[in-house]
Amino acid sequence: MASRITTLEAFNAELERIQARAQGLVPEAGDAAALEAARVELVGRESGALTALGTSLGSLPKEQRREAGQGFNLVRTAVEAALEAARARLAAASGTGALADPTMPPRTSWRGSRHPVSIVLDELEDIFRELGFTIALGPEAEHEWYNFGALNFPADHPAMDLHDTLYLGAGTLHHGDHAISLLRTHTSPVQVRTLQSYAPPIRILAPGTVYRRDFFDATHAPAFAQLEGLAIDEGISFADLKATLTLFARRFYGAGTRTRFGPSYFPFTEPSAQMEVEVDLGDGRGNRWLEIMGCGLVHPAVLESAGIDSERYSGWAFGMGPGRIAMSRYGITDIRLLYDSDVRFLEQFAAC
Amino acid sequence: MLISHDWLRALVPHRRSPEEVRDLISAHVATVDRMERLRGDLRDVVVGRVVQAGRHPNADTLWVTKVDDGSGTLLDVVCGAPVVTVGTLYPFARAGTVLPGGVRLEKRKIRGETSNGMLCSARELGLGADHSGIMALEIDVPPGTSFLEAVDVADVQFDVDVLPNRPDLLSHAGLARELSALTSVAVAIPPELTDLRDIPLQMPVVGAREATSGGITVRVEDLDGCPHYMGVVIRGVTVGPSPDWLVRRLESVGVRSISNVVDATNYMLHGYGQPMHAFDATRLAGNTIVVRTPRAGERLVTLDGVDRALGARMTVIADAERAIGLGGVMGGQNSEVSESTTDLFLEVAYFDPHRIRATRRALGLSTDASYRFERGIDPAATASTLELAAGLVMKVAGGAVDGAPIYVGREFVAPAAVTLRTARAQRLLGDDVPADEMVRLLTSVGFRVQQAEGQLHVMPPSWRNDVSRDADLVEEVARLRGYGVLSDDVSPFRPGTVPDHPLHLLGRRVRDLLVGDGLAEVRPLPFVRGEDETHVRVANPIAEDEPHLRRSLLETLGRRAEVNLSRMQGDVRLFEVGSAFTPRPGGLPLEEVRVGALIMGRRRPPHFTEPEPPAFDAWDAKALAIRIAEVAFPGEAVSLEAGDDRRSWVIGVGPVKRRVGVAGPLALDRPPWAAEAWGVEVTLDVMPNAFVAPAGSHAHAAPGVVRRAHVRYRSLPTTPAAEVDLALLVPDAVPAADVERVVRDAGGDLLERVVLFDEYRGEGLPAGTRSLGWRLTFRDPVRTLRDKEIEGRRQKILRSLENELGVRPRITA
Repeated sequence: MASRITTLEAFNAELERIQARAQGLVPEAGDAAALEAARVELVGRESGALTALGTSLGSLPKEQRREAGQGFNLVRTAVEAALEAARARLAAASGTGALADPTMPPRTSWRGSRHPVSIVLDELEDIFRELGFTIALGPEAEHEWYNFGALNFPADHPAMDLHDTLYLGAGTLHHGDHAISLLRTHTSPVQVRTLQSYAPPIRILAPGTVYRRDFFDATHAPAFAQLEGLAIDEGISFADLKATLTLFARRFYGAGTRTRFGPSYFPFTEPSAQMEVEVDLGDGRGNRWLEIMGCGLVHPAVLESAGIDSERYSGWAFGMGPGRIAMSRYGITDIRLLYDSDVRFLEQFAAC
Repeated sequence: MLISHDWLRALVPHRRSPEEVRDLISAHVATVDRMERLRGDLRDVVVGRVVQAGRHPNADTLWVTKVDDGSGTLLDVVCGAPVVTVGTLYPFARAGTVLPGGVRLEKRKIRGETSNGMLCSARELGLGADHSGIMALEIDVPPGTSFLEAVDVADVQFDVDVLPNRPDLLSHAGLARELSALTSVAVAIPPELTDLRDIPLQMPVVGAREATSGGITVRVEDLDGCPHYMGVVIRGVTVGPSPDWLVRRLESVGVRSISNVVDATNYMLHGYGQPMHAFDATRLAGNTIVVRTPRAGERLVTLDGVDRALGARMTVIADAERAIGLGGVMGGQNSEVSESTTDLFLEVAYFDPHRIRATRRALGLSTDASYRFERGIDPAATASTLELAAGLVMKVAGGAVDGAPIYVGREFVAPAAVTLRTARAQRLLGDDVPADEMVRLLTSVGFRVQQAEGQLHVMPPSWRNDVSRDADLVEEVARLRGYGVLSDDVSPFRPGTVPDHPLHLLGRRVRDLLVGDGLAEVRPLPFVRGEDETHVRVANPIAEDEPHLRRSLLETLGRRAEVNLSRMQGDVRLFEVGSAFTPRPGGLPLEEVRVGALIMGRRRPPHFTEPEPPAFDAWDAKALAIRIAEVAFPGEAVSLEAGDDRRSWVIGVGPVKRRVGVAGPLALDRPPWAAEAWGVEVTLDVMPNAFVAPAGSHAHAAPGVVRRAHVRYRSLPTTPAAEVDLALLVPDAVPAADVERVVRDAGGDLLERVVLFDEYRGEGLPAGTRSLGWRLTFRDPVRTLRDKEIEGRRQKILRSLENELGVRPRITA
């Protein structure tokens, strides 16, 4: 303000000027920027004309302040109402008004994505949840007993060669020593921890990262995801296993999917089996059999390791590799893509 | 394990196709990974149909034909056969095909007529001597079909994935036993062995430690390493090439022919699963074989030419002076059979699996022999194998047995009987297999079964070292019967007692948040190069340059961002929910499940309204930290304490500001064009890894129920709010957080919200100060506040700010 207002006349004159200015400015505002400029000029917190006028109320003679204040409040309320109305008008117009060129690209935001292995894991989890399974987790760095001993691995046996193990610590290794720590080679230690912790019936799914001493190339990785399932109760049979996993396969790969079971070997299941599904991977090669999981009845020695009566209880377990499933499903031929974390790879799964 | 279809058929004369055999073995015995027709040199030959044939205009003996090879185009082919029949199928080699013998067919003109390939005779395909005419095929397949697929002219090789529990399957005879059970065709003596000299070996000379026969003395000092040792002397052999049938048998399983004697031992290995060795008997010092542990410092040059230092847990075969073989693994050069060898000592032994395994690992030397001994061969088969082997050697190399065989070692201990309760087997299988059927199935693969009331007493055969309890027999019944017979109807089940692991639910919530925020989830390898003091070391790492486990997820996220930068990707937003490891003395590392996030590059994708969006900065990192912590710790207060660098924060939650993570800039190897990277890491919880209960026992106390904190709903206001703006002149030394605290304290209960909406530095302000604009929202829950009341509070706040912090309002106008 150029000069300080000290009389009611000057105050009212300025008030009228502002009111007139507002009546011209506000309805004319054609877009949000013009309206904002009008708002700042009229009622801006720092330089608004009304704001400034308000501060001069105190400079008026005491007996005139009441009358001036009433007038001021009326104008201020009216101006703010007009601004609000204009804002609403512009907002409405922007919703229905025609764009000059509607073919121009929209404003976007970055799209996040789940990892393809997680997408598969989530889907597997959802299906098994319907079948009564809950999620159990366990540590990746494990005691040798949970990884091997409790799971009926014969000590110093070629079965161990299927689990080329990464051991922890800098010292020398003594096989069979319970104090040995390692990176779990499968999610089956979670079976044992769960069996030791809870009373049957048990129906759990254990997803997690497992480690093998494999070189990192197009088809092998030293760490990968595994999904383990375990069902323990009285009277659980191999037929239950086959029926449940067949039901799962038909949910996951589509109704009518054919499955077949053949013999296999895992120290912690007996009988052991592997399940194959007949699928068309969309790669132009038509239907073919794909081995997707190992499974079997839980070996009584495993139940005994966890202090569970193997005469009374029985159960089954399975293990599968979501990474392999993701690769076959999405046509990924080099496993290293799953680990590289290249944003151009990851963003392809944003819509999944 | 490579298996020849022909060889198998020689042992079990079945009439099944290779496909049927593959499917039977895969369904009941072991997975057949691959099935391949041998005669790969015929791979490009197809079946072709002659659709037109006429005499060659310029040659009486030639035909000009048109051949349908399935390609859709009829090919002109000139043919010299006496007879060509229109409509008949013949083996056809297109131009470009390489025929057996290495001749490459070219498209060429024969007396002026173009020929695009050749209709083949049996001799041209290496299928016999018949050259009288081209090979008319009496089959019905579409033209273009692979000749090998269409016509059963070549052997088929199976690659069987034999798992470690079934060493008995590591031979043709072993698989034949199973195939016999599955096809009900009895095991036979293969044609090549039916004419073995009809001279059975004499009863062996037996000794517990030592025995002599045929001029050779065998002494076993290391009975633990070699509990059963047999041998026989054959004199007068002629070492030379093997007969064709033997060469072919070995070729069919990928083994090269060496000499008749060596081939005979390899035949026994692949045919009967018994690794054996032939020593040159004349090179045995003292005419003695000693089976013993190595002497201190002893060395041996093995057949592969490597000079090896021998260790204490190995078993050597020696003569009176020196080691001549590494028992169960590989022979020595010094006793190798050569062309001049006339006298042999044939060894058939059983070596201890653990000792062989230790030897194999110590030397890094895996052989066909060690592979089988390590898994356990049939200890009761030594005598019968030796008899067959001796006969085979004499058949292919001549000579005669000198004396009785020698047997030194322990008595064979039969596997213990196992009891199978039939009701339990039926219950475990969910299949009412009749007891008689169980007996039939078990007997079919060599078990001896005694039936009793409700149970079977089962004697496993000597070659089944994998069967020791009833579950093993349940598997035998199930696999032989076929898993396919079991019902696909899902039975009712009881819900389990195990609640969802809270970390799983939490991880999913955090992940959903970050995916929604535009970040991409990653699952990188957790290996890094760290320090032994701070990082957990892998004892046998995959890569020596990354021997540690990550201590923080930001270590691996940073490396992943660098990989993206090296690929010219500057907009990188990654996160992971995973484990971080901290060393802990005397046990497993501390394992924490954390969420890590990294943001770098433009805050939004460019748009024509904003061609150059700003890059992520510290405020984005701080916001992300708060968002993650709020989702990870619902209902708990989140506070960020700035670090000394004033651009990173420690994330605290709860009243005591429990430290749960960090946020700040990341030091990356970053090209000049790349924006700064920011990282946030929050620890969700510790993953317990102590023993749940001692081995063999149950905890009998389920883990405590985890109670989640929930947000409490506040009722929606029914009265209007009043807003007051404060423009404050704040010295640089006074943090905004202090101003906010004083404002809140002085503002009282009715102060609902305090928002910093503006910062101004520069002209018109005293040096060392800034102007901060705050918007205060007051509300009384039951009535409308009057201007006077708000003004009173405003004044009080200003007084407190002045008194406590020396902060005053910025005077305008």
